[in-house]
Amino acid sequence: MAETLQFPTGHVRLGSNAGQPITRRDGALKVTGAATYAADNRPDGLLYAVYAASSIARGRVTHLDVAAAKAHPGVVEVMTTANRPPLARDPDAKVHMFSWRLEALQDDRVRYAGQPVAVVIASTLEAATEGARLLAPRYESEAPRTGLDDGEAFAPEAVGVGAPPSFDKGDVEAGLEAAAHRVETQYETPAQYHNALEPHAIVAAWEGDHLTVDVPNQAIAIARNDFASFFGIPPENVTLRSPFIGGGFGSKAILNGPQILCILAARMTGQPVKLVLTRQQMFGPVGHRGATRQALRIGTDADGRLTALEHRASAMTSRFDDFLEPAANASQNIYATPAMRQIHTGVRADIGTPGPMRAPGEASGSAALECAMDEAAEALGIDPLEFRLINYAETDPASGKPFSSKALRQCYAEGAKRFGWAGRPLAPRQMRDDAGHLVGWGVGTAMFPAPMFQAKARAVVREDGSGLVEISAVEMGQGALTALAQIAADGLGIDQDRLEFRAGNSELPDGGVAGGSGHTATAGSAIFAAGSDAIRKLADIATEDEASPLFGAGNAGVVARGGRLYRADDETRSASYSDIMARAGLAEIEGEGTGARNPANAEDYAMFSHGAVFAEVKVDPELCQIRVSRLVGAFAAGRIINPRLAESQLTGGMIWGIGFALHEETVLDPRTGRPVNGDFAGYHIPVNADAPSVEALLVGEDDPYVNALGVKGVGEIGITGTVGAIANAVRHATGVRVGRFPIHIGALLG
Amino acid sequence: MTLTLTLTVNGERREVPLDDARPTLLDVLRERIGLTGTKKGCDRGQCGACTVLVDGRRMNACLTLAMSVDGAEITTIEGLAENGALHPVQAAFVENDAFQCGFCTPGQIMSAVGLIAEGEAGDDPERIREGMSGNLCRCAAYPGIAKAVADAQKRLADNERKSA
Repeated sequence: MAETLQFPTGHVRLGSNAGQPITRRDGALKVTGAATYAADNRPDGLLYAVYAASSIARGRVTHLDVAAAKAHPGVVEVMTTANRPPLARDPDAKVHMFSWRLEALQDDRVRYAGQPVAVVIASTLEAATEGARLLAPRYESEAPRTGLDDGEAFAPEAVGVGAPPSFDKGDVEAGLEAAAHRVETQYETPAQYHNALEPHAIVAAWEGDHLTVDVPNQAIAIARNDFASFFGIPPENVTLRSPFIGGGFGSKAILNGPQILCILAARMTGQPVKLVLTRQQMFGPVGHRGATRQALRIGTDADGRLTALEHRASAMTSRFDDFLEPAANASQNIYATPAMRQIHTGVRADIGTPGPMRAPGEASGSAALECAMDEAAEALGIDPLEFRLINYAETDPASGKPFSSKALRQCYAEGAKRFGWAGRPLAPRQMRDDAGHLVGWGVGTAMFPAPMFQAKARAVVREDGSGLVEISAVEMGQGALTALAQIAADGLGIDQDRLEFRAGNSELPDGGVAGGSGHTATAGSAIFAAGSDAIRKLADIATEDEASPLFGAGNAGVVARGGRLYRADDETRSASYSDIMARAGLAEIEGEGTGARNPANAEDYAMFSHGAVFAEVKVDPELCQIRVSRLVGAFAAGRIINPRLAESQLTGGMIWGIGFALHEETVLDPRTGRPVNGDFAGYHIPVNADAPSVEALLVGEDDPYVNALGVKGVGEIGITGTVGAIANAVRHATGVRVGRFPIHIGALLG
Repeated sequence: MTLTLTLTVNGERREVPLDDARPTLLDVLRERIGLTGTKKGCDRGQCGACTVLVDGRRMNACLTLAMSVDGAEITTIEGLAENGALHPVQAAFVENDAFQCGFCTPGQIMSAVGLIAEGEAGDDPERIREGMSGNLCRCAAYPGIAKAVADAQKRLADNERKSA
């Protein structure tokens, strides 16, 4: 489907590459085992580091059997608080918005279970593993606090990364007072762990004062600066290589303690060192989605219109640092209401600090909001989709600004049609399948911001007419190497097989952060601008060359396509890039570009991706086992660069919604503060059989304001809407409304 | 204590000196032989990322002590493509976008090769999904994986019919 889309004025015209559902450029590498992830590196002289993790959640380490570890054959060194080399930066310092306090053996305190307390370095992985076991730490233990109820409540200064903790519009109490119907309800969401299939891993090597790290990282330039500051060297002395990330989901955007420990180990031993977390160690120092308890109050008039919407959230964080899941903010921009209020409180416990995990705040907040909206629809006796349409927001409810684009109405319509929503019985427990299982249908609205960050790129046209684009962009499965290369090829006006695309390395121009669903928009804009800059220079040369068929056209009077420049007013007159460069005696022409949002557009418009998710569940009436038999999502997210990859991102996000709704939860033992299910046997994520039918429809959307490319983002929105849709379907199937995620069989058995 | 482990890996006979009986097949492949295509996702047999074929049967290499398969024939992801051409399962994974980050992909593909060879799933989508459920994919590329396995199964069956 290489159809050419028409865009309103203000949009750039992309060439023949973007918009095509091409297969991944890195596909062959990934299916042959040739794609190299951090832990696949084996430099000469490599040593292995394994850390001992605390088995208590609060207290201090009183003894480590260093002698026993050191005596084990193959063990080279043991690093503890006693001999850990100095760091140039305090691991407890908050240096910038994205710095978390981390544990790098700065003292003997234990602040959560799973914290590194010593590192064993050995010539083999087996020796290091056994050495770490032999350390047999002893502790002075204090009773931990582990949950929302025994934790310490506080009023936060910010939620998420720097967002205000509360928001008010209109008079919520008056709105509730005047309402014909009121719903007051509460939902809890548990601690969830990113659990990318690739465990956190790092290979660190020093050459004098130059550090090379192979480490999966979603924010390469920020991480390079941070590593440099920890070791007191200039950023240019750090080479960070992250060509492939085996899943990030936010956890690989933030530096963590084990990375610093590995670099220290390499410094101590003078040899390259590899440190890979075990799956069990992933439940501790590398972030998670913090647990929440959310209370909502919704008022509606007799016709079903909202009169007030209040969303309060308690969010858990650690004793020593703040990251509060900004769950209540998910209610700000979605439904029209004259009065709204969002308030967050924090709760401290003896846990590792939470961090951003795929749709941080939006996922957990949407889960509660979409359930509460269904409760309100039920109180009114209105179809839940109809209720959402009654409360459709034509402008941003929080700011009053117009949306830059919003095709949510089409998403509702197309999703409902595809799913077959019409004719859904209003009352629960009305549908059964052939096997006698209860069948329920639910809907949820999906929404996610369309942010942009900052990025730079470099583009080169070579004398043979091929192109090169360089940017420290990040391939973590979303398809950056493919989609960004499509944009790059169009920026240079060449076919994508004539493009060399380099990414994933700190030596390249700063590609910004792969997070917030803003990477394609940001890095893509920089790449396109860099290509256009190079082509502009090429056009200047050609149009000033009397011998050229393009002479006199002026650089705005030419079009770049397929490695040639054409006169815009007479396409019979053209010249190939290689001819133009050969005549000018040039080997390369270089362009530079940046990507960032136009500040005026940011001021004037609210920018979001939207969607509607429809779920069918089947519930065994005796055993209450729940199966999500069908999911249909329809999403509008601006211009789609690669429909094949975008669909995969969206369906992947929707399946995360299945995990959120039915599977994922970390249970802490209240006595020890340790996870009782800290591995893949205990922490369940969806498997293939859990997702029998998942479909994402792409709804076209022209957005001239988000950026010149018209690109929003699809990385996180799939999980929003889906969780609520599934929970609402469970209610529709069974008549039971469960106020706690994941929805367990036990909650349905009553 | 020096042991000699003999394996035939992707058709090539290898003698691996081991001073230690503890290494798993997975760690021998990755850290001692240098075939890093096979991945470690959990080291407990819970995720399937380390799936390889041992004498034709799919196994979790992380749960297999290397010495326990002394003399065995091992096929890893690096041994599937022949003469530069992707194996039909690999090709089907690319065409059906059956992966995102790619980390679980070698295990998924080896599992799919094993599943198809076992002939248990045939072209029944439900049995394919069930048969592939020992391989976790956190990107959740499951719809593509299920399609790719069905697609590859059909291609391999067609090839067999043609050559018969």
